[in-house]
Amino acid sequence: MTELIELSLAEARDGLEAKRFSASELTRAHVAAVERARLLNAYVLETPEKAMQQASYSDARLRRGEARPLEGLPIGVKDLFCTKGVRTTAGSAILGDFKPDYESTVTSHLWRDGAIMLGKLNCDEFAMGSSNETSAFGPVVSPWLPPNWDRARARSTIIKATAEREVPQGLLVPGGSSGGSAAAVAARLCLAATATDTGGSIRQPAAFTGTVGMKPTYGRCSRFGTVAFASSLDQAGPIARSVRDCAILLGSMAGPDPRDSTSAEIPVPDFETAVSRGVKGLKIGIPKEYRMDGMSGEIEKLWAEGGRWLAQAGAELVDISLPHTAYALPAYYIVAPAEASSNLARYDGVRYGLRVEGRDVIEMYENTRAAGFGREVKRRVMIGAYVLSAGYFDAYYLRAQKTRTLIKRDFEDVFAAGIDAVLTPATPTAAFGIGEKASASPIEMYLNDVFTVTVNMAGLPGISVPAGLDAKGLPLGLQLIGRPFDEETLFAAGQVIEDAAGRMVLPKVWWE
Amino acid sequence: MSVDTKTVKRVAHLARIALPEAEVERMQVELNAILGFVEQLAKVDVEGVEPMTSVTPMRLKQRADVVTEGDMADAVLANAPISDDHYFVVPKVVE
Repeated sequence: MTELIELSLAEARDGLEAKRFSASELTRAHVAAVERARLLNAYVLETPEKAMQQASYSDARLRRGEARPLEGLPIGVKDLFCTKGVRTTAGSAILGDFKPDYESTVTSHLWRDGAIMLGKLNCDEFAMGSSNETSAFGPVVSPWLPPNWDRARARSTIIKATAEREVPQGLLVPGGSSGGSAAAVAARLCLAATATDTGGSIRQPAAFTGTVGMKPTYGRCSRFGTVAFASSLDQAGPIARSVRDCAILLGSMAGPDPRDSTSAEIPVPDFETAVSRGVKGLKIGIPKEYRMDGMSGEIEKLWAEGGRWLAQAGAELVDISLPHTAYALPAYYIVAPAEASSNLARYDGVRYGLRVEGRDVIEMYENTRAAGFGREVKRRVMIGAYVLSAGYFDAYYLRAQKTRTLIKRDFEDVFAAGIDAVLTPATPTAAFGIGEKASASPIEMYLNDVFTVTVNMAGLPGISVPAGLDAKGLPLGLQLIGRPFDEETLFAAGQVIEDAAGRMVLPKVWWE
Repeated sequence: MSVDTKTVKRVAHLARIALPEAEVERMQVELNAILGFVEQLAKVDVEGVEPMTSVTPMRLKQRADVVTEGDMADAVLANAPISDDHYFVVPKVVE
């Protein structure tokens, strides 16, 4: 039944409704695909029994004609979402065998609507990373092969690396931090997946893997039960194989929540209907500041092409300026570590997770955190502690928060001038190799998020849609940025790009 | 601005992360790379600009000051590395 895993979420939903197959058949096909794909390291925990149990309940509901919106649809969950009784690690050794006694609001919405959980997906440690290489579970391998690699070479590279406890050099990263989500969706190991985005962690991996990723407006999805990284920037969203599938999933994930005081008291619109709305009469802004040095010529060409597609569908292209764009990334690398250093103070060896004893309580904290946190997390927690420390607060944190006001104002100005959405590249390059940036300065990795991070700083919605392949045959994505709480326009414009570019042809299975 | 090894050790202690002597220098190089990168913010004219406190215009929600949850000590302690009689156990703090 491998053809079942090739369906889109919408097709699977319609197939279940038409009784062409059962939820149990659909789920079994996915469970089997997940088991055969362990070389990719996309799942850090498989929950097949739970999945089959949920599927049999879904079949009973389908038989009774009581199908809920996501009835019987198998999805993957980024391991940043707390799942009741199911190990949740945030990709960190410090959480150890943590089994939450509660369910995140986002996942509880998905189960309420009948979705089925296949397991927990790998991610960068505490979502800090752009390549999924900081995970305590090791890197995720992208299902996309580098040029001239074949099945045998890829498989033997992974098997050898695993045996020698090395990383599989040469194969590609899926991006991060939602690397497991993006890889699993691209490799058809789930119909869609949950993900989170603090500086680009949904949109960058989506762009690297030829999938669609939507980061909604800050406040659209509740953050309750999602392991916190930087609370003023974190947002949950979907990664899927089509714009429509993202719209369907977000419709369930979103909604106000009394347990998150920053979740917006705004009704969730019918995102799926918005998908076919078109872009006639919309004004699409093309910001000159996103034309950066070192950007690949192919991405620049694709960006122009994306503009033409939207224009052909009836949109008007307008040159705009977002003058503070270049300052978003440096401001982010003050604000996000500052919030992280505060949020991650909770990992102290007392209430949950790892504990390493010391001579006194302070030494116990220090030993626990030294053993439990990986290098990237230590670096960011320390930067955060430094920029918040006495004497440096004004020069760093306060200045960064003022810069953030200016970044947001840039967007407010263009939206006030009538721009409906902004079109940019999603990333400056296509996917790079595992281990390729390991010895470089941390800044080189951070630059991956240069086009996506502005959106988080301004709290806006952004979608990444696959738009083509580069000369090496690797996927490239375009990003659309919208007004606050206007994800609908992004789904409409995203669909126009998907239609014009053609649905991405995903890599054939080599990992089984 | 850049940090010296003394500052690196102080910040590690502030962050409650044990940093072996052998790792101090590498951490110093990495932290200075990040601090060097964020230095460009000095060029931004922030005169008269309010710092952002909330990314979306919203009033903080309030709820009635009543107990809505509780009485779940077992659940709260379920993941504790060491607990005893509904208490978290830590090394002796008070002499």
